[in-house]
This record gives sequence, structure tokens and C-alpha cells, in this order.
Amino acid sequence: MPATFMDVPWSVLLILLPLIGGVACFLLPKLIKILGVLSVSASALAVIGLAIQLQTHGVLRYPVGGWGAPLGIELYADGLSLLMLAMTAFVALAVSVYSAGYFNDQQQHRFWPLWLFLLAALNALFLSADIFNLYVTLELMGLSAVALAALSGTSAAVGGAMRYLFATLLGSLLYLLGVALLYHSYATVDISILSQQVTSTTIVWTATGLITAGLALKTALFPFHFWLPPAHSSAPAPVSAVLSALVVKASFYILLRLWLEIFDQVSETAESLLGLLGAMAILWGSIQALRQTRVKLLVAYSTVAQIGYLFVAFPLASTAGINPWHAVAYLALSHALAKAAMFMAAGNLLRFGGHDRIADLDRVVQRLPLTVAAFALAGVSIMGLPPSGGFIGKWLLLQSALSQGRWELAIVMIIGGLLAAGYVFKVLGRAFTQAELPHEAKTVPASMEWTALLLASTAIVIGFTATDIFTLIEIGMPFGNSEVTP
Amino acid sequence: MNWNEWLPLLVVFSSLIPGLVIFGLPEKNIRTRTALNMFGAVAKLALVVWMLWGVYNEYHFETRLALLPGLDLVLRAGPFALIFVTLSTVLWLVTTVYAIGYLENSPHRSRFFGFFSLCVTATVGVALSGNMITFLLFYELLTLSTYPLVVHRGTEEARRAGQTYLIYTIVGGAMLLLGTVWLYNLTGSLEFTPRGFIQAIALEHQAALIIIFILLIGGFGVKAALFPLHGWLPQAMVAPAPVSALLHAVAVVKAGAFGIIRVVYDVFGVESAARLGVAAPLAWLAAFTIIYGSLRALFQDDLKRRLAFSTVSQVSYIALGVAIAGPIATIGGVVHLVHQGIMKITLFFCAGNLAETLGIHKISEMNGVGRRMPWTMAAFTIGAFGMIGAPPIAGFVSKWYLGLGALEAEQGWVVLVLAGSSLLNAAYFLPILHRAWFCKPPDSWPQEHDFGNNKETAWALLLPPVFTAGLALAVGLLAFAPFSPLEWAQLIAKREFYQP
Repeated sequence: MPATFMDVPWSVLLILLPLIGGVACFLLPKLIKILGVLSVSASALAVIGLAIQLQTHGVLRYPVGGWGAPLGIELYADGLSLLMLAMTAFVALAVSVYSAGYFNDQQQHRFWPLWLFLLAALNALFLSADIFNLYVTLELMGLSAVALAALSGTSAAVGGAMRYLFATLLGSLLYLLGVALLYHSYATVDISILSQQVTSTTIVWTATGLITAGLALKTALFPFHFWLPPAHSSAPAPVSAVLSALVVKASFYILLRLWLEIFDQVSETAESLLGLLGAMAILWGSIQALRQTRVKLLVAYSTVAQIGYLFVAFPLASTAGINPWHAVAYLALSHALAKAAMFMAAGNLLRFGGHDRIADLDRVVQRLPLTVAAFALAGVSIMGLPPSGGFIGKWLLLQSALSQGRWELAIVMIIGGLLAAGYVFKVLGRAFTQAELPHEAKTVPASMEWTALLLASTAIVIGFTATDIFTLIEIGMPFGNSEVTP
Repeated sequence: MNWNEWLPLLVVFSSLIPGLVIFGLPEKNIRTRTALNMFGAVAKLALVVWMLWGVYNEYHFETRLALLPGLDLVLRAGPFALIFVTLSTVLWLVTTVYAIGYLENSPHRSRFFGFFSLCVTATVGVALSGNMITFLLFYELLTLSTYPLVVHRGTEEARRAGQTYLIYTIVGGAMLLLGTVWLYNLTGSLEFTPRGFIQAIALEHQAALIIIFILLIGGFGVKAALFPLHGWLPQAMVAPAPVSALLHAVAVVKAGAFGIIRVVYDVFGVESAARLGVAAPLAWLAAFTIIYGSLRALFQDDLKRRLAFSTVSQVSYIALGVAIAGPIATIGGVVHLVHQGIMKITLFFCAGNLAETLGIHKISEMNGVGRRMPWTMAAFTIGAFGMIGAPPIAGFVSKWYLGLGALEAEQGWVVLVLAGSSLLNAAYFLPILHRAWFCKPPDSWPQEHDFGNNKETAWALLLPPVFTAGLALAVGLLAFAPFSPLEWAQLIAKREFYQP
């Protein structure tokens, strides 16, 4: 590897490239699709550059402009950040190709700048090393996400986006209050410095509560999920894909980071509470998904359920070592791939038949085989059936739950899987039958079918690459130094 | 490159790759699709013959890939794995020929044959699995790849049957997953080991192990159609005949039965299973299922439904032989895995021929059909007599060994069950034969297809049942020839299950 390649500040490029792309889209509206796809591809390449850097040198700390913490802004990347960045890059690439076929010309002009700003905010978030910087990126991400959700301009979309806006603003506000409390007590916002200094005081408790509540609201953890189904189901399909796959994962990532680094010793009760809410989310989200009669709402409620799995790991992690966190990382990754694929498939069905009523799907398995295949493969991962990324995550989580005798959590996970099978096959079963009123169908561009299938197949393929991905995540040991327990 | 290390994986890929390619083929590309199908089936057979020879000469074939930290994906070809692999491979080849004939000119054949290949891939994967997690992986793949075959016709009835099938199998899969994770937590291993791998903790975790046994047998019992988990099987009859044939004879029910054998012999071990007191209830349940299935079969007028309940009954012979425990009963159970497959696939092929050629679906419509379709009904007769257990057909050999094994294990009641079941088998098969051969044919058949110049039916439909009926006769007559299923089952008992 030439030395110059290793010296390129890939982390900074990851933030700059989408930003430049977004500005360029404003300036050269005629080339908007090419510029958009190009800048997303460029930032995906930057992730590969960063991955090579991390593998050679280990954890990365990059003082922006030469000013390090605590005065300046520092970028930080370890295995966990890398995983999130890679996930974002991959899904973003697929979403971009899909969007180029999905939107009409007018919508393209609104979509690309917002989408590229959102991508920049996501990348910056995963690279942030301090809690204030995280706030800034969180706010930037939230605002561009709300604007994207309202993009189609229909009354349902605007209504959903309004709720989303209020939820996300309230969440950020709570988070900021927590940050202010911590800054007031310790005079720093740097995560690594805070992690050494934080002790169990009332102020830290309050800050933990505020930050966790704010982020749980943004992550749509039960019972704060009320805003998610309308926003995610009424947004245009590629936007729904981004919101479900990446945006909720970003606020979850902050929560995970802070609990791992700062709040880990604060309270076991809080961990149990998060686990309980997670379990409730699995049951409630799955049951609601099962009750829906429209594909996009079903997929949106499935996100509520799948987020629950991520929180179930919290009470398990205190004694089960590294396994629950690996499970969380894997579930987040496979959910991102599978859920994006599902929303894209749902978008294709909607485009094809002009509706997404499950009962009237009308033999789509013959007419849109790739789309149904994408939905089915993504469904396999969501159900947690082998071979898939979802299975790997669920297996590790189940193993941790049983090794600690947490039967109630294990049973909830199993039931969640069964309910997931119920709602996935509710859609797939109708794909084979003929609707009572056959209707005219619009064509769906091949690029939209293939991108959905590509994402879904990747969710299956990562079922075979767990050991490699775990090695990658362990760069910098984000989950602490414990050994993998068999 | 060491071939022995990759051969099991190649056997799995020999149907996976053609299957995936077939999905992409345009509907009209019949020649390429047929060529791919046949190439995959023949290539698999060649590889399997090679492995059979190797295993006979005590070569070791094992593919091992890391799946999770501490857990591998293991494909291992031992004698027991190979008996199931060989059965699946041979019957897949035959069923492929049959399906090509059966589905001629019907829509969505690329989809059908794609999933058909995936289904066989999963079955062979189940057979070759060297540990529980690999088994689980292929077992679920089997569920997923058979679902589209069950709902293939796309009617509302098919959708409902598919739904029932899924509810049973997915719940079974969940039980299996829970049992497997629990087992892993207790033992730290999932590797199939002759005589089991739980002895070390058998005393300490007795209650947990009993529950795990119930979970695992429950998970497998769904596919093996063990009472009361058999409800999906008669409903799944709505699928096209080649699917029913494969589902009943090879893929689904046999994967369940195979799993039960694995659990009893290679996870728990016969001694531990007996000591935990779980083997006897399994034997009772199997015996009950045998009688129950036969009784239900008596009252079905729909031919395929009668055959379905017959399957419920017959597959439990395998579980019974395993649960009696003892070398001879084991041989009977294992060999029945093969024999029942050959005989049952013959019967389903014949039922498919009757439906396809004459439109006959009900037994009451079968009067005099032997005169119109003598070859088909001759094959059916051999299959039916085999099921009853008449010598010298295959079914006799398995029943003989099961009975001997039961006496050896001092469980005389099993012989009564076997005798009772044979009587019931005769009671539901002989009236069919009587109708077909001795009653007067009606003036016209429900829905007759003409295959040209007085042919009985299409060649692709006729040859498979005639071949498998011949096979059922041959494995019975030549039961003591080298490489016969019986000889191989004895090899399994000697080398694997009762390893000195």
C-alpha cells in the first residue's frame, strides 16, 4: 500500500464528499442524477479507504484542522463506527440507484441535495468523538430526514412528517439538556475523557435519563414509536428505506456508544427497563404489523419490532460478555439491509399496482418475480431464519439470554420470530393468488427491482461471514476487553 | 486441493447452482432447463456414488467452514448421512423426469424447477449436516423452499394449505432453535457424535435435558408428521403430484424422521435416552401414530389423502424402530427410511398418472382402471403390497427387522402394533386393488387426456413409477446383496450407532 494512500484523511472526505455533492446538485441541476450517484459512490470508496487505514493502524483519531480534543473537533473511528459507515455506504448506494429510477424530474431536484446532506450528517455522526458534535449531527440528520419524509407533498406524507418533526425536535432537546448537564459537571464533551471521569451522581443520573429518553424517542423504542409508522409508511419508498435502515440506527448508535463508554456503571435498573421496553416493542410491533392491511405500514411496524431486539441486549450485556453486543451489531446491520430491501420492494409493488393493499396483490410473484424474491429474502433475515444475518444476531442474543437464565427474553424473541413469519408470509401468500379484480399494471424499472434484490441477498450472504465481520468490529475493542464466551 | 474436503459441499452445490440458474431462465427455454435439471441430477448421483465407494472403504469426507466464533458449518459424509443422500439423489433424478412430463405445457415451470432444486439441496444438506446448527440451517431452508411448491397452483385453497404448512413447520423450527441454543449452552458443543455428547451432564441437568429432548423431537416431529403434529400433511396434498411424491417420500417427512434418528443416536445416545426415560414415550407415540394414521386412511375417499394418512402411519415406523433401541430394530428403522421412500413415491407417481391421464382423484372412480392403465396399476400394486408388508417386497424386510428388534429388546407389544398396522394397511389398500383390477370400468373417465396411438400415458409419466416399483421389488429380493439398503443399514449400525 503506497504511503500516500494511507495518509489521505478518508474520514474527513467521508463528510466532505456528500456535502460537496449536495452543493453541486444545487448548482448543476441538469446533471443531478449523475452528480448524486457519483458523490455517493465516492463516499463509499472513502469508507473502503478508511477500512484499510483502520486495519493497518488500528483506531483512528483525527484532529480536524490540527486542533485536537478538548479544544478542537476530533474525529474518531473504531470497528463499530466502521461497521455503521460501511452499512450506510452500501445502503446509500443502493438507495441512490433506486431513487434515480423512482422519482420524477421535479422530485429529483428536491431529493438529491437533501439526501446528500443527510448522508453527510450520518457519516459525521458515526465519526464524532464528542457528545456535542453528536448533537449537531443528530439535529442535521433529523431535519433533512423530516424534509425528505415530506417530499411527496401528499397530505398523509406532510402529516406524518409533522409528527416526525415534533418527535425528533423533542428528542434532540432532551439530548441537549443531558449534554448541558454533563458539560456543566465535567467541563468536557469528549467521550473518552467523560468515560474516565463520570461517577454515579444525581446529575449524571439525570443526564443519563434525559439523553436515553431523547434518543429512545428518536429511535422509536416502544412506547415512543408512535411517530414512526405514519412517517415511514407515507414517505416515498427510497426515503422510507433510508429512515428505517439508517436514520433510526444512527440515534441507536449514539445510545449504544454512550452506554458502552459513559453510562455503563450508572444503573442496572435502567438497563433492565430498556430490556423490558425492547421486549414490549418486539411483541407490540409484531402484532401491529400482523394486523396491517397495507404493505408499507406492515413493514413500518416491523421496524418497531426489530428495534426491540436491539434493546433486549442491554440487560444481557452486563454479565454475558461480548456476545449480546455482537448480536446487536449484527442485527442492526442485517436489519438495515433487509428493511431497506423490503421498503424498496414495497415501493415497487406500489408503483406496479397503484396500491399496496395486501389482499389485492394479484399474482405479483409471476409479474414482479425479482421484487417478490427481494421481499422474501429480506423476510428470511427479519424472521431470523438461517441462513441470514438476522439468524446470526438472533442466535447470539438467544444464547446470551439462555446462559443467564433470562427465559422471558428468550421466549419473547422466539415469539417475535414466529409473528414475523406471520406478517412476512401474509404478504408472500397473496403474491401467488389471483385478486378478485385484476387491474392494469405499470412497469417498474429493472434498476429498482435489482437494487432491492441486491440488498436482500446481502442480508442473506452476511449469514456466512460472521467471523470476518466480528474481527472487523473488534478493531479498537468498542465493546470492552471481555473474551468471547462460547 | 484436497478433494475429500470439498466433496460434501460439491454434492450440495450440484443442485443449488442449477436451481439458481433455472430461476433466471425464461419460461420458454425448455431445452436448457431440462438439460440443467438432468445435468444437476446426474452429476449429483455420480458424486454420491464416488462418496459411497469412499465411505465403504473408510475414507473421511468433511467440509468445515466457520459460521460463528466457536461454531462451524460442517458437512460430513458418514454411512448414515449417505443412506439418506443416496435415497434423495436417486429419487430426485426419477422425480425430475416425472415432473418434466407432468408439468408439460403448464405455466411457471422455471419457478417450479428452481424451488424443486433448492428443496433437494436442502434435503441433501440435512443429510450431510455434521452438527445441529448446520442441520437447523438446512432444515429451515427446506421449509422455505417447499412452501412455494405447495402453493404453486396459486389457488385460494393452495394458499390456505401453504399457510397451514407454514404454521406447523415454522413453530416446529422455533422449537428446534430453542432446543438447540439451550443444548449448546449446556454442553458447549453441537457436533453429532456416535453415542451422543450429553453423557457428561446427564445427571446434573436431567430435567433440562428432558425438555430439550421434547423440544427437538417436537421440532422434527412436525415434519415427520408424528401425532398430533401431522395436521399439515393431508392439506399439503393440494400441491402438484411430483411435489407430493417428493414431500412424502423423500424431502420433508424424511428430513423429520432423519432428525429424530440423529437426536436419539448422535445427540443423546441410546443409553442416555433410555436412562432419561424419554425413549419409551417416543416409542408409544410412534406406535400410536402408526395405528392412528392407518385408521384415518381407511375413511378417505380421495386417493391422495388416503396415501397421505398412510404416510403419517408409515413414517412412524422409523421413529418406532429408533425408539425401541437395539441394533436390529435400528436396522429396521433406518432401512424403512429408504424402503418407505421408494414405495411411497411409486404410489404417488401412480396417483398423479391417474389424475393426469384420466382425471381420477377419488378411489370410488377407480373401477376397472387396471385395464385402461395396466402398467401404472401394476406399479401401484407392487407399492401397495410393499406397504402391507408382503414378502418379497421391500416393506416386508423393514417390518421383519422391526419385529425381530422388538423381540430382542423384549418389547413384545411392538409386534402386535406391527401386525395390527399390517392388517389395517391391507384393509385400506386391498379394496383399491380390487376395484382397479376386478370391477367393471365405467363408460367414460372423468377427464381423459389422449397421449396418442393407444398409449397408456406419456413416457415420462410411466417410466418413473415402473422404475421405482422395480426398485422396491429389487431391494426386497436382493436385500442381502452388497450395497443394498439393508446391508448399508447394517453397516451404519455396526460402524456408527453401535460403534465399539
